[in-house]
Amino acid sequence: MTTWLIRRLIQALFVVLAMSVIVFIGVHVIGNPVDILISPEADQAERARIIASLGLDQPLWKQYVLFVDDALRGDLGRSFVFNEPALRLIAQRMPATLELAVTAVLMSMLFGIPLGLYAGLYPDGVVARTIMAGSILGFSLPTFWVGLMLIMVFAVQLGWLPSTGRGATAELFGIQWSFLTLDGLRHLLLPALNLSLFNISLVLRLVRAGVRETLPMDFVKFARAKGLAPARVIFVHVLKNIMIPVVTVVGLELGSTIAFAVVTESVFAWPGMGKLIIDSINVLDRPVIVAYLMMIVLLFVTINLVVDLLYTLLDPRVRLEAKG
Amino acid sequence: MTATLEVRNLRTHFFTRAGVVKAVDDVSFSIAGGQVLGLVGESGSGKSVTGFSVMGLVDPPGHVVEGAILYQGRDITRLSERDMRALRGNRIAMIFQDPMMTLNPVLRIDTQMIEAVQAHAKVSRAQARSRARDALGQVGIPSPDERLAAYPHQFSGGMRQRVAIAIALLHHPDLLIADEPTTALDVTIQAQILSEVQKLAVTYGTALIWITHDLSVIAGLADEIAVMYAGRIVETGSAARVLDTPLHPYTQGLIGSVPSRNRRGEKLRQIPGMTPSLLRLPPGCAFRTRCPHADAACEQEPEPSQPVPGQTTRCFHPLIAVSA
Amino acid sequence: MSSADTAPKLPLPLREGVGGRGPVREETPFRRFVSEFAASHIAVAGLIIFVLIGVAAIFASLIAPQNPYDLAQLDIMDGRLPPGSASSTGYTYLLGTDDQGRDMLSGILYGLRISLGVGVGSALIACVVGTSLGLFAAYIGGRTDAAIMRLVDLQLSFPSILVALMILAVLGKGVMNVVLALVIVEWAYYTRTVRASALVERRREYIEAAECLALPRRRIIFRHLLPNCLPPLIVIATQQVARAIALEATLSFLGLGVPITEPSLGLLIANGYQYMLSGKYWISFYPGIALLVTIVSINLVGDQLRDVLNPRLKR
Repeated sequence: MTTWLIRRLIQALFVVLAMSVIVFIGVHVIGNPVDILISPEADQAERARIIASLGLDQPLWKQYVLFVDDALRGDLGRSFVFNEPALRLIAQRMPATLELAVTAVLMSMLFGIPLGLYAGLYPDGVVARTIMAGSILGFSLPTFWVGLMLIMVFAVQLGWLPSTGRGATAELFGIQWSFLTLDGLRHLLLPALNLSLFNISLVLRLVRAGVRETLPMDFVKFARAKGLAPARVIFVHVLKNIMIPVVTVVGLELGSTIAFAVVTESVFAWPGMGKLIIDSINVLDRPVIVAYLMMIVLLFVTINLVVDLLYTLLDPRVRLEAKG
Repeated sequence: MTATLEVRNLRTHFFTRAGVVKAVDDVSFSIAGGQVLGLVGESGSGKSVTGFSVMGLVDPPGHVVEGAILYQGRDITRLSERDMRALRGNRIAMIFQDPMMTLNPVLRIDTQMIEAVQAHAKVSRAQARSRARDALGQVGIPSPDERLAAYPHQFSGGMRQRVAIAIALLHHPDLLIADEPTTALDVTIQAQILSEVQKLAVTYGTALIWITHDLSVIAGLADEIAVMYAGRIVETGSAARVLDTPLHPYTQGLIGSVPSRNRRGEKLRQIPGMTPSLLRLPPGCAFRTRCPHADAACEQEPEPSQPVPGQTTRCFHPLIAVSA
Repeated sequence: MSSADTAPKLPLPLREGVGGRGPVREETPFRRFVSEFAASHIAVAGLIIFVLIGVAAIFASLIAPQNPYDLAQLDIMDGRLPPGSASSTGYTYLLGTDDQGRDMLSGILYGLRISLGVGVGSALIACVVGTSLGLFAAYIGGRTDAAIMRLVDLQLSFPSILVALMILAVLGKGVMNVVLALVIVEWAYYTRTVRASALVERRREYIEAAECLALPRRRIIFRHLLPNCLPPLIVIATQQVARAIALEATLSFLGLGVPITEPSLGLLIANGYQYMLSGKYWISFYPGIALLVTIVSINLVGDQLRDVLNPRLKR
């Protein structure tokens, strides 16, 4: 287990390093680093000063070492727009994004598992067919358009829910959260639903396929032959077997959910780091872009690692292989 | 005294898209406490479906369409699902063919045993656990206390089958249906399991239906033998009579295809042809296309007859008449 | 084991529809494929709709009532008219107009052309690049294979939107940049798929035979290996076209995609977004519907292709 963990950690480190090279090359080689890293408003003298201080007159490999060195000390440049360290800006926005993404993932399980279970248990019914057709839409519809439609229906036409912003927040662990206030929850509902739609479809299909695959298995029949109640057979014997791939996929999807939050945050003006990056790209606030990219790579590698760990904990068979 | 189980004119059909499969077609037999009935036939003859019909575990598109299954005089085909569940795993139990598939891979052995105890007995978890431990000890599993905490994949095939037997016998059932429980095991372990089950069945006075395709397995075990072919019982009688003086040509063919020490050096006799598809059964005797004695008479439906006392067959040309 | 047990497992009946050799006159693999595809009416409907959309996009300049990018034809007085309104010149705006007084129907037809062009174009380029890499990885094996697959794993561990975002953040907006971003996002799917089926195929006898004949490596890969990897490739390609169109729309909606001078459906939707809150839904709604129908029709075709071409799913 320990050797396995160490090996995975080294792999993760390698990925982060590789991505830092790619981001570095992207910013420093393909683009003009002087334009990218220095505010267009800077005058000639300041430009020269910054070029020297950033080491842009140094050879490329030295620049990369410098970049990594700064990054390790948490210095990824200052935002031109906010005139604040880019990393701090992102750290400020991160809780809003995480709150949105985690809510969306939870919603995907909350809706996806019961719907998938139903569709798997009664595959030929009208309801199940409707659910499956709906899931095709969930896969096909672009997130941003669904978001617009949600706003149009629930905010503009019906006026039930607010269309933009986080609403009132309350503090927990020194961070502001929306889900702690009723107003915040009302603001959270539509964006989270929007973001979870794809995942609901995904979970639903996984669960349905799992149910269809597991039901004819001998161990299910044996469980019924023991005289267990149907609820116990389905919720313990069938569902526990299905939960392994579902948790893995949902865990992996947390990463892409955070990434796709970019879209939802833009539609619902949700002040998270996704909206920040889009705004930054549109005004060419490159230090923020670089910082965002590095942060998200780190986040992703961490999520992949945690999912792998969870997977081994959930499946006794994998656990044994990892031990041996 | 009423029989533990009496099956009368049972018909279980599967309504598939390709047509109606008459998996069990007019099957009758009975078995008393402490008795062993060998239900013999090749794959697809309907012997497993007969077992599942008794358990009330025939899945759609299959149904019991006709007949009665009398457990201690009560027709259990008319029981509500709830009442049937109270019998299942309690008074009537079943063990399956493939021990690798009968235990849920993601649940520990104790979970799977305790739920089986608690499904029919109002006992605490601790009591259920100790009953589970005793049951494991009875089927010859060493250090049952430790093994309870293990997962199925940590057991060998033979050990898993012992666990399944222990679960089936937890409530000392009146009837145990063993669906080829030794087929997937090594020969040496087959014999162990066989004598284990027989011993326990005698101890608890359990009626045992042993389903197999292998006549040699039940030769020394069964009191009665019923031979199934294409959904029907073609011959029944005491084990000694059926094995020594088979009446039906199919039974004779089965006996002839068993390798035996007495006939060393002799060629094994095969039954010519293949099992007919249950979808396209020819009218009349289903065996006539493969039968050396078939003639025009066999195009009619053979009814059960008793050419010899205590031995019933469905054949127009029972072998007793040929030799006499 | 009796012969009855082994008989249904023979792979031959399954292979006919895919590999297709042998002198079967009446039922060629292609005809069989067509009839199996046509078994689903929904998929056929999807195909018909997609073809119609494609034709409408290609001939947009002939069909559209107005050239939405010819400023001389626009009348700012006709701005934001609801669907069915008459223009000052007596023409009926079936789907209304946008803030510039542009006929939405014409805008959608022109927008479709850009959306489809970018989507199909990038999917094709990604297909060529990804397939070649996958075939080489499978055929050459060893370190080349390991290196390519590492890259694929790395690429696939990041969500498409993020990769596209990174590229466009560095390169800036523009049609060619979007295509490039989509290609970089998509190639790995093709590589993974093709490699997987090529690995299976390359162990078969006909590749061995070709190698014994000392045919050039390129000929073996493209003339022998590739055709046998086509079925999964076609399925992936269909799915990727739909994904590319959706992703392009998303990027353009975010303002990172195509420039304002060449508006795709995504950009049209973005333009209408600000008016939606005031109830002028049609500026965003109808381009959205066009986008939706396009993507769903492709996915319907793709789903059926997957069912027909995947031998594992056959009974």
